[in-house]
Amino acid sequence: MVRKTALAAETELKVALPKGDLLADTAALLERADWQVAGYTADARLYRLQSGRHPGLSAKILNERDIPVQVAVGNYDLGICGADWVRELMVKFRSVAVVKVKDLGYGGDALRLVASPGLGVTSREELTGINTPLRITSEYPNIAESFALEARLRRFSIFGVYGSPGIYPPEHAELAIVRNSAGVPGGLVDLGTIWVYGACLIANRRSWGKKNLSELLTPFGEALGKVETAAAEPEVSPIEISLPDAETDKDILRLALPDGHQQSHVVKLLEKAGIRIADYPSANGNCRPVIDIPGTVVKVIRPQDMPTQIAIGNFDLAITGRDWLREHLYQFPASPVKELLDLKYGWVRLVAVVSETMGIEDTAGLKEKCAALKSPLRVASEYINIADAYAREKRLGEYRIIPTWGATEAFLPEDADLLIENTETGGTIKRHNLKIIDTLFESTACLVGHTGRLRTDSLKPRVAALMDALRRGLEAGD
Amino acid sequence: MVVQRCKGSRDLVPEEMARFRIIEDKFRDIAGKSGYREVRTPTLEYLHLFTSIGTLTPSMLKRVYSFLDWDGWSGERVVLRPDVTIPVARLYIENMAKERLARLFYVSNVFRFEGTGRKTRERWQCGLELLGVSSSVADAELVRLALSVLAELGLKDITVRLSHGGLIHGLLAGFGLSREEQTAIFDRILDGDTSGLKKLKGVSPEMARALGSLLELSGQSSGFLKNFKAMFVPAIPALEAPLNDFISTVDLVESLGGNCVIDITTGRGFEYYTGIMFQLFSGKNIVGGGGRYDDLIPLVGGAKVPASGLALNIYTIMDLLPETAAKPPDGTSVLVKAEPEAIAEAFGVITGLQRAGYRAEMYLGAQDMSAYGRILLVKAAGGGFVLTDTAKVGSQTLPSLEAVIGALGKAA
Repeated sequence: MVRKTALAAETELKVALPKGDLLADTAALLERADWQVAGYTADARLYRLQSGRHPGLSAKILNERDIPVQVAVGNYDLGICGADWVRELMVKFRSVAVVKVKDLGYGGDALRLVASPGLGVTSREELTGINTPLRITSEYPNIAESFALEARLRRFSIFGVYGSPGIYPPEHAELAIVRNSAGVPGGLVDLGTIWVYGACLIANRRSWGKKNLSELLTPFGEALGKVETAAAEPEVSPIEISLPDAETDKDILRLALPDGHQQSHVVKLLEKAGIRIADYPSANGNCRPVIDIPGTVVKVIRPQDMPTQIAIGNFDLAITGRDWLREHLYQFPASPVKELLDLKYGWVRLVAVVSETMGIEDTAGLKEKCAALKSPLRVASEYINIADAYAREKRLGEYRIIPTWGATEAFLPEDADLLIENTETGGTIKRHNLKIIDTLFESTACLVGHTGRLRTDSLKPRVAALMDALRRGLEAGD
Repeated sequence: MVVQRCKGSRDLVPEEMARFRIIEDKFRDIAGKSGYREVRTPTLEYLHLFTSIGTLTPSMLKRVYSFLDWDGWSGERVVLRPDVTIPVARLYIENMAKERLARLFYVSNVFRFEGTGRKTRERWQCGLELLGVSSSVADAELVRLALSVLAELGLKDITVRLSHGGLIHGLLAGFGLSREEQTAIFDRILDGDTSGLKKLKGVSPEMARALGSLLELSGQSSGFLKNFKAMFVPAIPALEAPLNDFISTVDLVESLGGNCVIDITTGRGFEYYTGIMFQLFSGKNIVGGGGRYDDLIPLVGGAKVPASGLALNIYTIMDLLPETAAKPPDGTSVLVKAEPEAIAEAFGVITGLQRAGYRAEMYLGAQDMSAYGRILLVKAAGGGFVLTDTAKVGSQTLPSLEAVIGALGKAA
């Protein structure tokens, strides 16, 4: 017989559940554990869910990467996510309040180290003897740093990228840490698996030490069966990619174009500017499309990663959003990256958002509220440096920046007090019963470049010609 | 909301700062008289200064404060210095490489994460680096200096625990371990874990016995090292050179009156030690440590310059010193009161008194006047000065600052 109240009703319990790749397996597990969390589906419209079995149990669907942070800060008692993001947090913040409770036996993946063939190494041990700086790209900058220290690399730079770490070597990095599931780029040297992991159950340390969660976890343990180890390492499928032909000479103009949903806008603009580009967007993941401007090479990367890539001199020009340029400049005020041309599309504004329930109208109201708060103001944002600068400039008192990875509106009001996020129509914000109290700036797509590189005589005419063409494209209208 | 200091940090109030300065002043005095010159390195260094093999152990590296600088878009991290010896080695290479012998000292803070709450994350050290010579006399000079400082500070029950990096490496090499494997085990020893050594037992009988007796050395002294040498050097000749060096240093330290203990795990966290390694204890407290690091300077890009160094832990020593009050005003202190129109003149008088060697403070209405030996009233419109001796009845009127200084001098 199933009791309706398996968990004492007064025990409030919050669980963070992953969206994305782990959702289906996690939902099946909860089904077997009879948690009765209705609405936990891939097309869920609501983020907040209730258990039909345990009245005190509520769940929220979050981006997998946000879950360790959210559990650590105490917004959730339990969370399910990939152990990769748990490790990324714990390897840097060693006393973080997260306990890894159990490997769940699904979502298996592995981190793999790949190297540029030009580095001339065939094993990880050989990296120790290299005296030249090694550039390492990874979506896990903390794991990458920890790896580099343990491998005793003499001199290294870590590039925490938002996506596709494997496309940077050989010309833009010597090493990359990639996920097996993302495929190992062909043409690079495989230096083997660094770490095998899978989905895991984590708990906030305080909750784990104080709350009795056993009623909830017992069926969970049974549902898991005998799985005690991480999921098996998946097969690696090589991705066929074209590598650059030869060493890029310094007179070549190197242009970075965005991946993802921005591509259609870029294609349209290039078309109107009379510039042809082959295999962009690419159906088979080719990140080096060919453009019909002589002396110009193109690589497709994440818009968020472009400002840094320009700053270090990997590219001369890039098409990105002003929001990500500002984010970069707030972190590195002396960076040589600057906006060259407003491309007008992709308009959003960056806004400060609070919950309607807070009952405030503007930043003055927010400041009053802050002064009365007993705990630090929690500011959630994808743009951590912009949010940090905003909170400082507006003198919001003691605050904490909570990094998020999209769908930030789900955090208010219970997991954050203030959001800094982008919005086009404000519709999503309204729908979540939130209110815009300030606009930081407007952002559109723009052409950005490296101020120093663009002053070189060999590049000047090429840049000018490309900018003229883009201007013509902009004037051509729809 | 009450603003608190950062977790793992420490405030030094005037009484503590006074004790801090006592240690620092004593150290500076003895180091200076011994021919050491003071240097200071920056708080921020590039992380890669500390990452090569032969610098810090991995577990130490995991506790450094590293981050991207404001112009760190290249991804290269900087670090709040976790150690001073390596930066001083860099300073020497960059600025002083022509000097054959460099005796340097520093008073500096280091930053290492500490999660237990038992120690602070920012710690202060006063340290010595002796660059350019490799001899047990040089090592003994450092120990002698440290022992003098500790003795003059009145610390009791001092012991010197010694180990030898060359001896450990020699043993590990004897097990047929590669340099990397040696480093891995050496690191674990330096991090206080000797289990890796114990697992090596049984590879060859002499080696295992040598290792076993080395592991049990704790608590023994130089005599034991000589016995050890007699027993094992015939079978393992590679141990002779490090053992001779170890023995001659221990002999010298013992002749200085140091109470020596041999402990193989001495020297935690610092992979750079190649020769003698020592820690100084007062009772159970580690008050300092150091050792020989002949390979460090070539490793960070310099010539093959041998060196050794030592550092004293100021916070630990501070807490062992008797309570010391910050110097209160005493009989020679002058409290200067001014009539409203004579404030500017009073400040001039204070300057004059201080130049003449007196402690002089402006009366701000909140001081306890009885704590001061003299009270000087500065009258307006050239009205002169009234000097009162708080210990006596009555006061004297004086026409000028010179007369005041004269009267103060006479009274003293």
